[in-house]
Amino acid sequence: MSIAIVMVLVVAGSILFHVLSPWRATPIASNWGFIDDTMGLTFLVTGAGFVAVILFMAYCLYRFRHEPGRRAAYEPENQKLEAWLGIVTTIAVVILLAPGLLVWGQFITVPKDAMEIEAVGVQWNWSFRLAGVDHQLGSSDVRYIDTTNSLGLSPADPKGQDDLLVTSGELHLPLGKPVKVLLRSIDVLHDFYVPEIRAKMDLVPGIVTNFWFTPTKIGEYEILCAAYCGTGHPQMRGKMIIESEADFEKWQTAQQTFEQSRKSDASRDTRASAQ
Amino acid sequence: MTDASVPQNVAPPPAEVEDVELYHAHSWLTKYVFCQDAKVIAIQYAGTAITVGVLALVLSWVIRLQLAFPGAIPFIDASVYYQSVTMHGMIMVVYMLTAIFLGGFGNYLIPLMVGARDMVFPYVNMLSYWVYLIATLVLVSSYFVPGGPTGAGWTLYPPQSILTGTPGYDYGIILMLVSLILFIVGFTMGGLNYVVTVLQARTRGMTLMRMPLTVWGIFAAAVMALLAFPGLFVACVMLLLDRTLGTSFFMPSLVELGERKDYVGGSPILFQHLFWFFGHPEVYIVALPAFGIVSDLISVHARKNIFGYRMMVWAIIAIGVLSMVVWGHHMYVSGMDPWFGFFFAVTTLAIAVPTALKVYNWVLTLWHADIHFTTPMLFALGFLVTFVNGGITGLYLGNVIVDVPLSATLFVVAHFHMVMGIAPVLVIFGAIYHWYPKITGRMMDERLGKIHFWITFLGAYAIFFPMHYLGVLGMPRRFYEMGETAFVPASAATLNIVITVIALAVGFAQSIFFYNLFRSLKYGAPAGGNPWRAASLEWQTPETPPGHGNWGAHLPVVYRWPYAYSVPGAPEDYLPQNAPPMSGEHSP
Ligand code: HEM
Ligand SMILES: [Cu+2]
Ligand SMILES: [Cu+2]
Repeated sequence: MSIAIVMVLVVAGSILFHVLSPWRATPIASNWGFIDDTMGLTFLVTGAGFVAVILFMAYCLYRFRHEPGRRAAYEPENQKLEAWLGIVTTIAVVILLAPGLLVWGQFITVPKDAMEIEAVGVQWNWSFRLAGVDHQLGSSDVRYIDTTNSLGLSPADPKGQDDLLVTSGELHLPLGKPVKVLLRSIDVLHDFYVPEIRAKMDLVPGIVTNFWFTPTKIGEYEILCAAYCGTGHPQMRGKMIIESEADFEKWQTAQQTFEQSRKSDASRDTRASAQ
Repeated sequence: MTDASVPQNVAPPPAEVEDVELYHAHSWLTKYVFCQDAKVIAIQYAGTAITVGVLALVLSWVIRLQLAFPGAIPFIDASVYYQSVTMHGMIMVVYMLTAIFLGGFGNYLIPLMVGARDMVFPYVNMLSYWVYLIATLVLVSSYFVPGGPTGAGWTLYPPQSILTGTPGYDYGIILMLVSLILFIVGFTMGGLNYVVTVLQARTRGMTLMRMPLTVWGIFAAAVMALLAFPGLFVACVMLLLDRTLGTSFFMPSLVELGERKDYVGGSPILFQHLFWFFGHPEVYIVALPAFGIVSDLISVHARKNIFGYRMMVWAIIAIGVLSMVVWGHHMYVSGMDPWFGFFFAVTTLAIAVPTALKVYNWVLTLWHADIHFTTPMLFALGFLVTFVNGGITGLYLGNVIVDVPLSATLFVVAHFHMVMGIAPVLVIFGAIYHWYPKITGRMMDERLGKIHFWITFLGAYAIFFPMHYLGVLGMPRRFYEMGETAFVPASAATLNIVITVIALAVGFAQSIFFYNLFRSLKYGAPAGGNPWRAASLEWQTPETPPGHGNWGAHLPVVYRWPYAYSVPGAPEDYLPQNAPPMSGEHSP
C-alpha cells in the first residue's frame, strides 16, 4: 500500500527534479540545434510513457491490493488490447526515429565548401593542422614521426610544406563557416569532444575519421577527450576559439608552416651540435 | 478465454523423456564439493558470484569516493581509479550477473521447473563451475602481480589496453584476457547443459508453452550467450596474441609515448565490433532471465496469471533475435562507416517494441489482481520502475543522432546502471527472497527484507537518476578528476558528493540482507513445501529442500500451464501444474 504512494512520489520527484535541475545542456555554439530538438522530443515522448506506466501501476497497486475476500480475475490474454498497445508503441518509436534519422543524414553529409582542418591526438594532448596557401593538407604517416616532425607529415609531399602546424593545443576557427574536422591519432583511441558543439567523433590510429559542424557563437570553448586513453585521459585538453573571420585570419598568419618548423628545428640542431 | 488451438487436458501427452539413473555421491567430497547435483552447483555458482559481487561493490565505493572528493583520499591515484572502474565493471557484468543468473538460478531452477531429475550432463555441469571458479581466481589474482590489474576499462579497447599508458599493461591485462577465456570455456559447458536440458529433459506434459517464463528467459539467454560469447572469445585470444607475440590483429602502426612500435596494419575498430557483438547481447543475457523471473514473481504474489503469456514468450524470442543485430549502437562515434548508423538505430529502436510489450503485460497482470506486498513482490515492482526508467533512456542512446552528444558521458553510466545494473540486481534480491524457502526450508525475515528493499530501491534510484543530468550537462565518464572545466558549475561537485554519500549508505545497507540470509538459515520460520502457494513445479517437490533427483520415485506429470491462479471454480486460488485436471477445466 505504501508502495503505491511511493511510486507516485517517485514520478513526482523525477518530474520536479527535471524541472528544477540546474544541470542542463551547455548553451549551444554550433549548427546542431536539431540534435537538441530531437532530444527534447525524445524527452517528451519517453517522459509521458514513463509517467503513464508508473502511475497506472501505482493505481493498480492501490486498487487491487490484497484484502480479505479479494480474488483475482482470470484473464490469460487479450489479443486485441495487446495488438493496440503494440501499434501505439510502434508509432511512438517511429516518431522518435524519423527525425533522428533525418538529422543523422545531415550529420554525415559534409557540405562541399567546408574548410578542412586536422586535429591530431597523442597521449595526452591535442595538435592541429590547417591548410596553407594551397588550401590543401599534405599527406602524413606514422613512419615520418621524429623529433622535428611530431605530426608525421610526409616530408616529400609539396602539398604539406605550407600546412600550418598548431602545437599549442589552441585551435582558432572562423564564425559561421562550416568546418570538416579530420581526426588522426598517433597512438590510441581519443575523441574530439567540445560539449557546446554537440558533435563528437573518435580518433582511431591507422585511419582518418571526420565530422563537421558550423561554429555559431563567438567564444572560447574547452576541448576534451571523450575516449578513455590511459591515465592522462582527463588532462588531455585543448581550446577552441571561435572568432570573427578577420581575427581568424590574423591568427592564421602568425602560425608556423611545416617548412618553417623544420628549418627552425634544423638550425636549432646545428646550433646545439656546434656548442 | 482460452484459445481453441490450445489442446485440452483430459489426458497428459505421451512421455517425452525416460527417467534416468543419476550418479550418486559416495563421499563428503563428491557430495558437497565436486558435486554433480545442479542444486549444489547452483549454490556454488551463486556463492562465488555474490562474493566477487561484493568486491565489485566495494570497488564502486573507491570510484565514488574519488569522484566526490578528488585527491582527498591518499591511496586513490589515477591508476587505482581506473583499475577500480575496470574491475568493478567487468566483475559486475560477467562474473557476477551472468554467473548468478545462468549458473545460479539456471542450475537451480531449470531442472526443478521443467520436472527433470537433474541437468542432462551433470559431470560437465560440475566442470563448468570449477572452470568458472578458476577464471574468477585468475581475475582476482591480478591484484597480486606487479602493476596490478588492468585499468583499460571494462571494454578493453586496444591499442590503449595493451600499451604502457594504461595501468596493468604488463600482467594485469594478460590475466584479464586469460580469465575471460576461461570464463567462456566454463560458461559454454554450463550453457549447453541449460539448453539441452530444456529441450530434452522436460517431464510428461511440460510442453514448451507450459514452461514458466523464468525457464524461457534463462533458456533464451543461454542460447544467446552460446552465440555471443564466441565473439568475445576470439577477441580475447587475438588481443592476447597482439600483447604477447606482437601480432597485429587490432594494432595499426603507431608511436607509443615517443617510441615507434612494430605493429602494422591491424584494426582497432575490429575489436570493437567483436567486443560489442558479445557486449550487447550480454545486456540481454542478463536481462532475459531477469524478465522471466520477474514475470513469475509478479504472477505468484499478485495471485494472477501472467497477462499475455504467449506474447511474453514471443517477445523474449524477438528480443533475443533482434539483440544480435544492434551491437553497432555502441559505436556510433567510433569512426565506423556512418551509414551503419541508420541500420543500427532502426534495429535498436525496434527492440523497444517487444520490450515495451513486456512491460505492459507485467503492469496489466496487476489489473484486477490480488496483490500481496511481500518482499519478493516489492523487489519486482522496484525492478519495473528502474527498468522502465533505464529502458526509455535507451531510446535516447539508440537514436543515433541523440547519442552523439550523450555518448561517453555520465548519461550512459546512469542509463546502463538503471537498466542492467540496478534492475537485474533488484530481481536477484527478489528471487532470493522468493526461492530461499525452497532452497533452505526456511523463510527469510520479512521485516528486514522490506527495510532492505526500501533502502536499496530508493537509494539506487537516487544515485542514478540525477546522474543523467550531469551527462546532459556534458560531464564525461571515465574521468579520474574533472579538474577546472569551464562548463561544469560548482553545483555538479555538490551533486557528486550527495551521490557518493547515498552510494555508501546503500552499499552498507546490504549487510542487512546478508544478516537476514545467514540468520534465517537457522532461525527463519519453517517454510513448508510451498509457502507462497505457487503453481509452478518447483514448489511441488516431495521434499523441501528437494532431495537428490528432485522428485522421489516418480517424475511429476504436468496438466496445465504454471499460471493457473484464481481459476474460476477452483477450490483454492492456485492450481499446481501437476494437480490432476478439474472436470471441465480449460487451462492452457
Ligand atoms: C550501487 C551500486 C553501484 C554503484 C554506486 C556504481 C557506480 C559506478 C561508477 C561511479 C562507475 C564509473 C563511472 C565513470 O566511468 O565515471 C561505474 C562503472 C561501471 N559500472 Fe557500476 N556501480 C554500481 C553497480 C553496478 C552494477 C550492479 C553493475 C552491473 C551491470 C555495474 C556495471 C558497471 C559498468 C559496466 C561500469 C563501466 C566500467 C567502465 O567504464 O569500464 N555497476 N559504476
Ligand atoms: Cu582520452
Ligand atoms: Cu547495446
